[in-house]
Amino acid sequence: MSTYFTKDHEWLKVEGDVATVGITDFAQNQLGDVVYVELPENGKSVSQDDEVAVVESVKAASEVYAPVDGEIVEGNELLVDEPAKVNEAPEGAAWFFKIKLSNAAQLKDLMSEADYKAFVATL
Amino acid sequence: MAEVADLLTTPLFDLHNELGAKMVPFAGYAMPVQYPLGVLKEHLFTRESAGLFDVSHMGQAWLVGPDHATTAAALETLVPSNMEELKPGKQRYTVLLNDNGCIIDDLMVSRPLAAEDDGRLMLVVNAACKDNDYKIIAAALPENVKLEIVEDRALIALQGPKAAEVMALHAPEAAEMGFMEARPLEFDGISIIASRSGYTGEDGYEISVPAGAAEAVAKALLADERVEAIGLGARDSLRLEAGLCLYGHDIDENTTPVEGNITFCMQKRRKEAGDFPGGERVLKQLAEGTENLRVGLLLDGRAPAREGADIRVPGTEEIIGRVTSGGFGPTLGAPVAMGYVPSKLAAIGTELEILVRGRALAAKVAEMPFVAQRYYRKPK
Repeated sequence: MSTYFTKDHEWLKVEGDVATVGITDFAQNQLGDVVYVELPENGKSVSQDDEVAVVESVKAASEVYAPVDGEIVEGNELLVDEPAKVNEAPEGAAWFFKIKLSNAAQLKDLMSEADYKAFVATL
Repeated sequence: MAEVADLLTTPLFDLHNELGAKMVPFAGYAMPVQYPLGVLKEHLFTRESAGLFDVSHMGQAWLVGPDHATTAAALETLVPSNMEELKPGKQRYTVLLNDNGCIIDDLMVSRPLAAEDDGRLMLVVNAACKDNDYKIIAAALPENVKLEIVEDRALIALQGPKAAEVMALHAPEAAEMGFMEARPLEFDGISIIASRSGYTGEDGYEISVPAGAAEAVAKALLADERVEAIGLGARDSLRLEAGLCLYGHDIDENTTPVEGNITFCMQKRRKEAGDFPGGERVLKQLAEGTENLRVGLLLDGRAPAREGADIRVPGTEEIIGRVTSGGFGPTLGAPVAMGYVPSKLAAIGTELEILVRGRALAAKVAEMPFVAQRYYRKPK
């Protein structure tokens, strides 16, 4: 299993041709208390950088982007009932969706954990 | 955040940083949007205990004339409230109006308690509007009434059900004040002017403090475990649940007090006479109603509808209104909003739809405040 990160503060854990996607601890900390999550529909085809999910704090709404091209195969229904999980376990139980990759070559342009940590340090 | 360096600061700037606040630009000032507690917990803490807010960015000013009747009459040329009958030690909410009867700003006016201060009225205006307000007020005053802008005082709000008991430890006389009363007090030996009012729907005070003493007052209050520092984020969600307007969003230079549904600021004599800017139009609206009206909106489900969201009638396509403030209400545990709709659709319970990211969310016109106000009324 490999883990990748994006400049939009999302993480992907890739197993076979399916990536599990969530937002990073840095992102949840920036957002503050999450009060609402909107998930993409299963079976939806998406392109890299499409807005596919929404995460809202008391103050504001933010988009979650598709980090790669593919098809949404599952949304994390836990977040619909317990949006606060995004603050508690952003890089674990509070994943947003699973996407079946249609262009695995896109992964090589994403960041490693070390690269992402260095990127966050510049912000 | 490079741009914060160019901003104005309040006398509590160092304290905010010490407390770990996230500072953001607001109305030209570097202000705390939240502290490490976070918006949601700050909001809930204020409703359960007491929150301390730095509102020093707001404008404080005095109108100074020879006697109360003269000063009140001068202010009445700009606002639709009865200032003449404002009693010593009392505070009143009002609005500055333009010639269309639309709102230039909303403000608090207090009349000092002491006889030697007769002829003085204290104004507290919005930060983003203050320069324009002062220009308009100064231009309208007769020769014998002056506007004195206060630059050397901070403004601190202490809000919540435990505000009174905490305040009483430092300024015992504060406990005797009723809602919308104002008076000078000694706070641990520091001269302050307190009003029993605020912007959260809770009991509490707004305290005008000499700038040099602001940090001492804030620290004395924060030392109490019943008090936490609260940022602008929670200030906004608290006032929204309380159904209170945010100037520039829920009311502005295109809305009258009638459309904005804040006619409580207009007392009988003024409503009958219409002797204020735009009076003719406002009187006509009072008699005949307005095309649109500000209403409260509750949504089904958990998705918040935010400022700018379009409103329509279920089963139709036409956009008939717009959300002017909206978000998640932490105390209610549900999304809340306010906005403008045609008056014929403003009745409580009217079913509407709010468009959020292309989806139509079911909503109903709802009574405001969304969370019951808990102001302190003195026993008669």
